[in-house]
Amino acid sequence: MIKAVAIGTSYGGMEAIRTLLSKLPDSFHLPVIIVLHIGNNNITSFLTQLNKKTYFTVKEAEDKETIREKTVYFAPPNYHLQVEDDYSFSLSTDKKINYSRPSIDVLFETSAWTFKERLVGILLTGSNYDGARGLLTIKKYGGKTIVENPETAFAQSMPSAATELFEPDYVLDLENIADKLLELSNES
Amino acid sequence: MPSETKNDRIFPVSPEKNDTQNIELDLLLQAVFLKYGYDFRNYSKAHLKRRINQRLNISNLETISELQNKILWDKEFFRLFLKDLSINVTEMFRDPDFYAAFREKVVSVLKTYAHIKVWHAGCATGEEVYSLAIILKEENLLARTQIYATDINKSVLETAKQGIYSKKEMELYERNYKEAGGKGELSNYYTSKYGSVLFDKSLSKNIVFADHNLVTDGVFAEVHLIFCRNVLIYFDKLLQNKVLGLFSDSLAKRGFLCLGTKESLKFTDYENKFQAVDKKMRIYKKLYIPK
Ligand SMILES: C[S@@+](CC[C@H](N)C(=O)[O-])C[C@H]1O[C@@H](n2cnc3c(N)ncnc32)[C@H](O)[C@@H]1O
Repeated sequence: MIKAVAIGTSYGGMEAIRTLLSKLPDSFHLPVIIVLHIGNNNITSFLTQLNKKTYFTVKEAEDKETIREKTVYFAPPNYHLQVEDDYSFSLSTDKKINYSRPSIDVLFETSAWTFKERLVGILLTGSNYDGARGLLTIKKYGGKTIVENPETAFAQSMPSAATELFEPDYVLDLENIADKLLELSNES
Repeated sequence: MPSETKNDRIFPVSPEKNDTQNIELDLLLQAVFLKYGYDFRNYSKAHLKRRINQRLNISNLETISELQNKILWDKEFFRLFLKDLSINVTEMFRDPDFYAAFREKVVSVLKTYAHIKVWHAGCATGEEVYSLAIILKEENLLARTQIYATDINKSVLETAKQGIYSKKEMELYERNYKEAGGKGELSNYYTSKYGSVLFDKSLSKNIVFADHNLVTDGVFAEVHLIFCRNVLIYFDKLLQNKVLGLFSDSLAKRGFLCLGTKESLKFTDYENKFQAVDKKMRIYKKLYIPK
């Protein structure tokens, strides 16, 4: 049974996340953990907006915070976000990975260690190569992997990097990802 | 700030290996503690595993057990391992808003003290200590302040003592300094030479740099202010509580504690023992609880 969702995206990511989250219904209860590359910019106003437009509590992940249902967590700008084996978060100012901090690979890999086959990993639009290796790790640990269709994604490099590296479970247009996620979360 | 290797990447661990790795990791940390006295047993596991897997990959080792063998029998290799585990990324006036809040809310209180003692724990290469010294100087407090700047890592302390940094960083630091409410020019505080800058000895006159391990060493002075930014995030909950206990014991009545802007007392046992002076900037004051 799926216990958590991890999402990575960069260029075009704000719009993509807004689309995806607003399609998820009130009944959707899994924790969603997101790395959005946004440079040094503040994400507070974006989170406030999402809080109003979705059924979930949307917040920045805090160090040592326990992961809860019905909550959407974002990595704080300029920190790596890691999942610990007691289902809590830790932050790190470690060097950049794939030119990125937060790095999607770091979130994906540490989430896979903890959630193993009970995780869905999603890689959306983006213009660099972060996240592909991490997504493959999720797959190797038995988790489900979804990649946004590079043909229709706002920026294709990031999803393409994943589809070139391995065969994800699903390659879908953005509009169809929420439905797939619902379906996966209802399977047991 | 040590330069970043741009092509850094993760080195994934296979699921077959993962569970055994967790056992090996515990054994390794125990071995390191017994042999060298460094206690990483309550550091963030995710951080340790990521760093150790990078090392395995670079050194062409298959398992953590092999790594442990090398660490136990080769002291030089242990030094390398220590370096692997340490994160020393820092900058001057990192989070300028924090320094602005510090000036506004802490400095005025410090001004009422005849003599000020500061403990700067986890100071890394020292950029943050010089930032603090500059603020105290501009507020005419530096002359009556004693700063103890400590870190577990001796080689970063060497850099900190010298106060020599790369000129390349100064543009960013100058900007941070201005945003932090700097009253002059950052360049007033250093001299440049061949791509490096040297910070004034007048800033470091009252700073003692010393090696101190927050996990295994105890209280060494009573202080009015503790800076410990971006260190606690590498510790698990248990260790965070232990170190906060050490800080609480080291602070004078109503002493100040400054944490990193993404650290807080929220998930610790000390939330009710401190009062937030600036919640967002993670500036706290120890509550005075009469015996
Ligand atoms: C990321 S740096 C933070 C530097 C600076 N305070 C800042 O925020 O820019 C973390 C520092 O904590 C030090 N550290 C880690 N474990 C420690 C321990 N047990 N005792 C003392 N210092 C430690 C590391 O060596 C490193 O220099």
